[in-house]
Amino acid sequence: MKLSRGRVPWLLVVPAVVGMAFLVLPLAGLLIRAPWSTLPQRLSEPQVLEALRLSLVTASIATVVCLVLGVPLAWLLARTDFPGRRLLRALVTVPLVLPPVVGGVALLLVLGRRGLVGQWLESAFGFSLPFTTAGVVVAEAFVAMPFLVIAVEGALRAADLRYEEAAATLGASRFTVFRRVTLPLVAPGVLAGAVLCWARALGEFGATITFAGNFPGRTQTMPLAVYLALETEPEAAIVLSLVLLAVSVVILVGLRDRWLGAAA
Amino acid sequence: MLKRLSLIAAVASVFALGACGSSSTDGAAPTSAAAPAESALTVFAAASLTETFTELGKQFEAAHPGSKVTFNFGSSATLAQQITQAAPADVFAAASPATMKTVSDAELAGTPTVFVRNKLQIAVPPDNPAKVESLKDLTDPQVKVALCAEQVPCGAAAVKALDAAGLKVTPVTLEQDVKATLTKVELGEVDAALVYQTDVIASAGKVTGIAFPEADQAINDYPIATLKGAPAPTPAQQFVDLVLSQQGKDVLTKAGFEAP
Repeated sequence: MKLSRGRVPWLLVVPAVVGMAFLVLPLAGLLIRAPWSTLPQRLSEPQVLEALRLSLVTASIATVVCLVLGVPLAWLLARTDFPGRRLLRALVTVPLVLPPVVGGVALLLVLGRRGLVGQWLESAFGFSLPFTTAGVVVAEAFVAMPFLVIAVEGALRAADLRYEEAAATLGASRFTVFRRVTLPLVAPGVLAGAVLCWARALGEFGATITFAGNFPGRTQTMPLAVYLALETEPEAAIVLSLVLLAVSVVILVGLRDRWLGAAA
Repeated sequence: MLKRLSLIAAVASVFALGACGSSSTDGAAPTSAAAPAESALTVFAAASLTETFTELGKQFEAAHPGSKVTFNFGSSATLAQQITQAAPADVFAAASPATMKTVSDAELAGTPTVFVRNKLQIAVPPDNPAKVESLKDLTDPQVKVALCAEQVPCGAAAVKALDAAGLKVTPVTLEQDVKATLTKVELGEVDAALVYQTDVIASAGKVTGIAFPEADQAINDYPIATLKGAPAPTPAQQFVDLVLSQQGKDVLTKAGFEAP
């Protein structure tokens, strides 16, 4: 379905090409400078695989957490009206603007061992989140959730309300409407948001190292391993980044094919 | 009429100001044309030197009117990499000989001089919840300990000190730099950490430092060097001279550094 067959306007093409080069060239730089010969050897290091596994697991759990909490939050923002809704909407985007390290400190101040909520967790259950894998999930979810909420809210606002109204006039409760009508309607938006969310969580560095610390096998995700490798062996850091990149691209392309296959 | 007069006055004053501005730049041109290019000095320094070098930079600017010192503080390894990737720096002060070596191996630095040494201390929260008194107390699994990662100088020093003491500590986290390690103690997230004694002093009472004898086995040398191809070679040497002078030593030892 092509909109027009006229000449491609150069006013759009030139910036598009520049934009693409801007995004792709740094990646090309990594590929060119990568020490390919040592790649297999690096991949077989147990610490690398451990960090990769931890990254995939925590990013996926963080995405699930974001879906469970974020989709209802997006619905609340898009479909209801209450005082302070605009303020709440602005607050949801705070983690986008906040430097992740500051986000990590903020999480420590609330959920840390001496934090507002954390000290209560510690005294009641003898449990504290920092320096645990659960802490990694919390840090990643904090930073990644706005991506999901914004994507889903946008989809909800763009969706045709008449279907929901029709369902409601036929006697469906608000929750049934949400589950049977709204959610299937905005499913592409939810998927797009989940992908963004997962990608952001996978690359998360600042909040994670600040809130959950860095310990191999427990809280050291790939971005943390990359950062520390950069301190002594920049080439190892390039390899680790490429591994993370390759794995995430394979997973995203694989999932997309599956979704598209299911849709067709 | 009055309005018109004030308008003329305003226009006149603008012209006057303009003339004034241009004449002053003209007047200053012969001296400043050469000076600004020469006296803009860029110093790359380890994060643990933030407070002392900022102070020394002010003293340098006071002693050399018209000069401007710009600092880039960060992890020594990161700075070394920026220099090898041709960052425009004049002076490099590193927290470890190894990071300086990266730069001198690339034949980018003059001969480095060790200007200070830094020693580790155990940092604990002021109330010392785990009752830590010696390095051995850190081996208790009930005590939450933060160390620097082995890849950064403070972590390498921590490993050396623990090896010298024949102790094995399992930390809850290996932090990316010494300031991050200190923050974990300041917030009470860990019961103890190994940081430099300069960091304990810089924290101004937010943590308590405990000296331990094994620290003498893991002293960190800080080398400084001017960089080859420095945009401002003369001020670069002058700044290094200041750091190595008695005046420089006074500032550094006050912050807890030790003379080499």
